[in-house]
Amino acid sequence: MKISSSTVRLIIPAASLVLLLAAVFYMQPRAMSYTGLNLLFNLAVPIALATIAQMLIMSVNDLDLSMGTFVSFCACVSATFLQSSPALGILIFLGAIAAYALIGVVINIRDLPSIVVTLGMSFVWGGLAVLILPSPGGTAPTWARWLMTAKPPLVPMAIVASILIAAVTHYIVMRSSFGVLIRGVGGNDRSVERAGWSVLGLRAATYALAGFFAILAGIALVGLTTSADANIALRYTLLSIAGVILGGGQFVGGKVSPIGAVIGALTLTLAGSFLSFMRISPDWQIGAQGAILIVVLALRLALNRLEKREKSQ
Amino acid sequence: MTETLKRQEVVAARGVRVTFGAVKALDGADLIIHAGECVGLVGHNGAGKSTIVNVINGGLTPHEGSLTYGGSEAHGISAARANGVRCVFQELSLCPNLTVGENARIMHAELKGWAWRSRALALVESQLKEIFPGHAIDCDSTVDDLSIAERQMVEIAISFAGIDRKPKLVILDEPTSSLDAGLAAQLMAYIRKFVGDGGSVLLISHILGEILSTSDRIVVMKDGRVVADRTAKEFSTHSLVEAMGNVVREQEFSRTAAVRSGQQVLSMPPRRGHGLAFEAYRGEIIGLAGLGGHGQTEALLDLYLDRNSNWWPTKRREIAFVAGDRSLNGTFPLWSILKNLSIASLGQLSTNRMVDKAREETLGAAWKQRIEIRTPDMGNRILSLSGGNQQKVLFARALATTASTVLMDDPMRGVDIGTKQEVYEILRSEAASGRTFIWYSTEMDEIRLCDRVYVFREGAIMAELLGDEITEKNVLAASFSEGEAA
Repeated sequence: MKISSSTVRLIIPAASLVLLLAAVFYMQPRAMSYTGLNLLFNLAVPIALATIAQMLIMSVNDLDLSMGTFVSFCACVSATFLQSSPALGILIFLGAIAAYALIGVVINIRDLPSIVVTLGMSFVWGGLAVLILPSPGGTAPTWARWLMTAKPPLVPMAIVASILIAAVTHYIVMRSSFGVLIRGVGGNDRSVERAGWSVLGLRAATYALAGFFAILAGIALVGLTTSADANIALRYTLLSIAGVILGGGQFVGGKVSPIGAVIGALTLTLAGSFLSFMRISPDWQIGAQGAILIVVLALRLALNRLEKREKSQ
Repeated sequence: MTETLKRQEVVAARGVRVTFGAVKALDGADLIIHAGECVGLVGHNGAGKSTIVNVINGGLTPHEGSLTYGGSEAHGISAARANGVRCVFQELSLCPNLTVGENARIMHAELKGWAWRSRALALVESQLKEIFPGHAIDCDSTVDDLSIAERQMVEIAISFAGIDRKPKLVILDEPTSSLDAGLAAQLMAYIRKFVGDGGSVLLISHILGEILSTSDRIVVMKDGRVVADRTAKEFSTHSLVEAMGNVVREQEFSRTAAVRSGQQVLSMPPRRGHGLAFEAYRGEIIGLAGLGGHGQTEALLDLYLDRNSNWWPTKRREIAFVAGDRSLNGTFPLWSILKNLSIASLGQLSTNRMVDKAREETLGAAWKQRIEIRTPDMGNRILSLSGGNQQKVLFARALATTASTVLMDDPMRGVDIGTKQEVYEILRSEAASGRTFIWYSTEMDEIRLCDRVYVFREGAIMAELLGDEITEKNVLAASFSEGEAA
């Protein structure tokens, strides 16, 4: 049976996740339990949602550098307005989605580099977050708290949520006819335009959808931590980009994989725990995390090259 | 004629004018396509073929003239598609990251809702089978994984396919450029069948055999105008080439007699395993001719990389390169005119790895005077110059180096005629003093200035023309192949 190239691209991320998990289990056999798995992957859920949001932006050849501050902003809104007056909270989120769509429109019309626009927006979101929550605090909405601490039978919530996120976004991005148009813009926007579609509308819709998933990430994060602060998710900008790349996505060309992105987010979370189990001092952890990233990406490059060589023969 | 007039018009462009800056791409061209006919469109580089195709498919709105679909005036890509106009572009325009079926979805907005995937697959597969019986394309694979020929086949099939409505007019721009002879014959047979069922096709090809055997009517374009529009039976290969050419403007130049006399400076074996080998001697101006995109730029790049390492800057460069696309790989838009000029010769201008400002300025002043760069101050930004003057700076950049050979990648695109004459003068005098120029040009007037011309077709050198043999007719005859695709 012929294996499609998109499946081949998923092998490396999946294999690295399995390998890391095996290493963690070897060092800490007690992690091999319901509670252990839940603790290992708990924080992966908001990261996975942010990675999906970043992946959507990357599928139209753009990059969102405001992801971290935007998720922080959403977390602050969830811990304050969404908890005290849900209607106002939802209104703010709808406004944020509209803002994301508008960013997409501006980037498309003025042909601006997305990294510049989103870098600018990151200060806007960061400022808004500080205005809402000048000092750490707030309370998570009870339903978000309940959702994130639910204990479904057999499989822990973190795993159920990851599989659900992967399945839903795989359906939207890879299977639905709308997803084909999104990836078409990334692959060859001129051809999409020549076929009579509005690239402007497609880019705006993609940005809006990304904003929606980033909002979910903020709510999930508050559900886990019970309170928020304005800098709660700053790391998410780079984590989300690394997650997409780790999961087999590419910066340009509309080559993305939602399943891969979720796996990438899980791998990144697990890499942190793995290093703690290895008793590596926190001073070195970021560097070691970077080293893991480099190894996985090098493996993927090698695989790509192998694939190319086979094709040319 | 009365019979054709009665037939239904699918698309009619009348008196269309399109200008890009100073360049008249279309200068009052008429193109009317009726239902149930295949129209062949031929012409040399810059004749306006691509422009009129873009007008008909709605990508370009004409600055003057009328455009009607089925009798009613309309503009825009959506209007063209709603009127059943489809286009297969010369450069492949599929999304490489999507599967064949997903690409069909992009081209056909009707494919949506439940089970659109299976419907898309069925559509492409049946259409592929109809046009290219016996093909072996897996419609589930991504376009990236297909060969160039397979991609072209898929694009053609998607364009001819129709779910609710069949397309009325399919525009094929060089559809056989990467198909082998067997596949090309299958496509031509399908075009005849499609036309027989009442559809129409606009066929653009550099293979005159295809045009003559498949078209009902042939339209010849030149300089943005339609110069001949007759039934295919009235044409032969010979008369087509003649119609494309420009017999009146045969002017004379004094060519240097010293052809192939000096020492050989560059050589290259036959490209793609056939055709002629390339040779260049000291003091020659060598033209690379042929239709655009037939391997001339690649040949120049190969010649350049052959002598210059990709990794390390060489101390004394033997070859300089003048880029064709100014904004893409020519100018440094934020730099001054002087910096743009001196960038290639910084090695000779510096002592102890520091640029000597005084020497740089002397060089700038010398070249400003020599090629008459029209600016009050060489410190002004390069973008303050007109396009022609920017191009002169790029020439000066190459000529100011110590390189004995200069490669030029169609550098005179969009340059006004006065500047061109000045640059031609400079080229002549530089060649006389021993420099070698290798010049890819899409303009016949420039090709006629050369001492020796290589004509490219499908990536290989198909003919070598010397001295008085360099005529428009000879170049055209060598650029268009008579028979089937190779």
